[in-house]
Amino acid sequence: MFGQRLLLLRYLLMLAETGFFALLLALAMAILLSASPLAWSASDDRQMMALTRPLMLAMSSFTVIAFAMLTACYVLSDFSVATVAENSHSAIPLIFKVTGVWGNHEGSMLLWALILAIFGALVARFGDGLPPRLQARVLSVQGLIAAAFLAFIVFTSNPFLRLDPAPAEGQDLNPVLQDIGLAIHPPLLYLGYVGFSVAFAFAVAALIEGRIDASFARFVRPWTLLAWSFLTVGIAMGSYWAYYVLGWGGFWFWDPVENASLMPWLAGTALVHSTLVMEKRDALKVWTLLLAILTFSLSLLGTFLVRSGVLTSVHAFASDPARGIFILAILTFFIGGSLTLFALRAGELKPGGLFAPISREGALVLNNLLLASAAAAVLIGTLYPLALEALTSDKISVGPPYFNATVLPLLAPLLFALPFGQSLAWKRGDLLGAAQRLLTAFGLAILVAVALRIAHGGGPVLAPFGAGLGVFLILGSLTEIVTRSLPAGASSGLLTAKLVLKRAAGLPRQAYGSALAHAGLGLTVIGIAATAWHAETITLMRVGEARNVGGYSLTLTRLSPQQGPNYRETAASFSIAEAGVPIGEVVSTKRIYTVRGTPTTQVGLMTKDFGQIYASLGDSEPDGRVGVRLYWKPLVLFIWLGAVAMALGGALSLSDRRLRLGLPVRTRIAEAIPPAAPAE
Amino acid sequence: MRLRPFDFRLLARRALAILFLLSAAMPGMVLAAPPALAVEADEMLADPALEARARSLSAQFRCLVCQNESIDESNAELAHDLRVLIREQVRAGRSDAEIRDFLTARYGQFVLLKPRFGTETLLLWLGPFLILAIGAGMIGFTLRRRRSAVALGAPLSEAERAELERLDPG
Repeated sequence: MFGQRLLLLRYLLMLAETGFFALLLALAMAILLSASPLAWSASDDRQMMALTRPLMLAMSSFTVIAFAMLTACYVLSDFSVATVAENSHSAIPLIFKVTGVWGNHEGSMLLWALILAIFGALVARFGDGLPPRLQARVLSVQGLIAAAFLAFIVFTSNPFLRLDPAPAEGQDLNPVLQDIGLAIHPPLLYLGYVGFSVAFAFAVAALIEGRIDASFARFVRPWTLLAWSFLTVGIAMGSYWAYYVLGWGGFWFWDPVENASLMPWLAGTALVHSTLVMEKRDALKVWTLLLAILTFSLSLLGTFLVRSGVLTSVHAFASDPARGIFILAILTFFIGGSLTLFALRAGELKPGGLFAPISREGALVLNNLLLASAAAAVLIGTLYPLALEALTSDKISVGPPYFNATVLPLLAPLLFALPFGQSLAWKRGDLLGAAQRLLTAFGLAILVAVALRIAHGGGPVLAPFGAGLGVFLILGSLTEIVTRSLPAGASSGLLTAKLVLKRAAGLPRQAYGSALAHAGLGLTVIGIAATAWHAETITLMRVGEARNVGGYSLTLTRLSPQQGPNYRETAASFSIAEAGVPIGEVVSTKRIYTVRGTPTTQVGLMTKDFGQIYASLGDSEPDGRVGVRLYWKPLVLFIWLGAVAMALGGALSLSDRRLRLGLPVRTRIAEAIPPAAPAE
Repeated sequence: MRLRPFDFRLLARRALAILFLLSAAMPGMVLAAPPALAVEADEMLADPALEARARSLSAQFRCLVCQNESIDESNAELAHDLRVLIREQVRAGRSDAEIRDFLTARYGQFVLLKPRFGTETLLLWLGPFLILAIGAGMIGFTLRRRRSAVALGAPLSEAERAELERLDPG
């Protein structure tokens, strides 16, 4: 009875038709928005300019409505909608009905458009501090990007198509996607990718207007930081997912799909730092513009490599060339167009200020150089085999050994130089002074590396080196905060302690954000270095048998079949003991999703001191034994906790009053009047 | 002689083919990855030193039927056969280089996850460092030029020269 009423409701509301109509309206608004400069560009008509804001808000609202309608179709399991029938099932939990919306090409493109629309609306709503002409220009560029993507969805990837007759049941969501980690990975990643579109729109707007000054950096930096923080968490999420799903505990594979997200991350990291130089020192202006364009271009490339239908279904792509041509056209238009614009206009921009090589800004230039080279290495490695095969029809593989050999040598010096750069002053730094301040941190880092080397009795040299580097990064960040909190003249006792605390509390949030992010990087580096000391046992086991791994003993206590809502599974329970004392139990399962017949593994994990005991189940032998893989992975959680700390650092920096858009810039006045200095 | 008209469809098809290859080379993390269980217990060698060598070797070869997985990670039939093959060779006392040559002779350069340095891979291997060198050179050049520009003082514009002339004739 209830079900029938629900069915009736579905048809009365015509959710899919409403959604598609909203999508068409959004496209219309986006086209109007991108064409709007015709009305105000030449005449400088303020009223027409101001119209871009309601236009953007209308476009965003319609996109939100379209997305909400599609989500409703999934939640109500309306299998008369083709994408719902192909990617959902009435028996799956509600959360996966919702995340199923973007678990396919069409819905994922709509999610992309939704996030673009949200960012657009935020710029329209919170961009009060922007010069009206710049804001109108930025909004129209964002409208152009939205128009391209909305047209792509409407003409080639419509998620609202109906099926007639409607099937009674859906074909289920891809079992791999029925995992909360992977379910929220795409939205986070897209918040990063698409967030960089704001920096891109600002750069294109600045190039068209032919004007750029330090205020550009102040406008762009919060958006870049926001996007960067989301991308960082998104990548970490994907990495952790791969770690617990693939069954052997790898966390990074230099897989082209991962590379697709790493490239914009590396470029975005460079951008976060170069906007800082531009804001403080009015230098690196032209480079920052180029970097903003490149970062979003790499995001576009990444989006299409990962989720264009090219990957999820090769056959679907080959049978629908319209999609591929459209994709190529969008890529060519935005990347080619913006780079051409840059080539034409960059020469006319006034180059920025002068700076000394040994200074904070000099260090940040080194940061940009190494990060950009690393991004280039990833790009070259990812696209080279394709280019070579297209040109010579020779096939080569570029795998992890290549990336380890090229990217790591570029990033290692960066990590080493980071604490020094962080400790240098703007304008004219004192390298010797920085080295003195970092002496304790450096000494402790060396001590840790040497101790680890001795404790592990040889082994790979790189691992203790990496761990030492990580310690140096963390202590270096701490040193920076402490140094900045210490008053210049030394006085004594309680008074000093109070003064130090007062100064520490008075430090800008940006300082804490930067220290936290860099310490997080150190944490990640330690986690990665520690993978060299993991222990592995690959074996066949019977119920009742025990195996050792890394100082722990795991006993297979039970092997039992179980039934889930839409899957069957075999569960293996292991009891874990440390030095004969039981410390807990983990369950590892092998699942078969009944609708699609796809198998997946759920590993058993137990966290201990930031390390994990990891058990995954393999195939059963005819004699009743099962294959198992057991691991002890020391400090492995540092890898992802570090990434979370980096993102939190970004967020903390973002919350700094000086970065908030629309607020009056009070600090300008304070900076203009130098603090009273003793006469020389 | 009749010239063939320029074939846009061919161009489009080529472009598509490139995208297609791009996709074929990209193992989607989003694809239904069956539980990869890689090297199995019954394949392993008794001697831990030899087994360790076999493991590190098999991480260097691509599973030819998979998408961007090494034979150490893959649970495809072919990867299993190659792992056994490598272990046979390791036990027979072949060196790493010999095993690499053997597999390359059989399956071509495609099997190597770390491409050999050669004329075809020159740009692949040198590209990143070339970019680093060019970037460093440009920074150095810009720094020096700006500094000398500041040291010499930027040349005066016409208007400035006229103004100077007006203030200080003669």
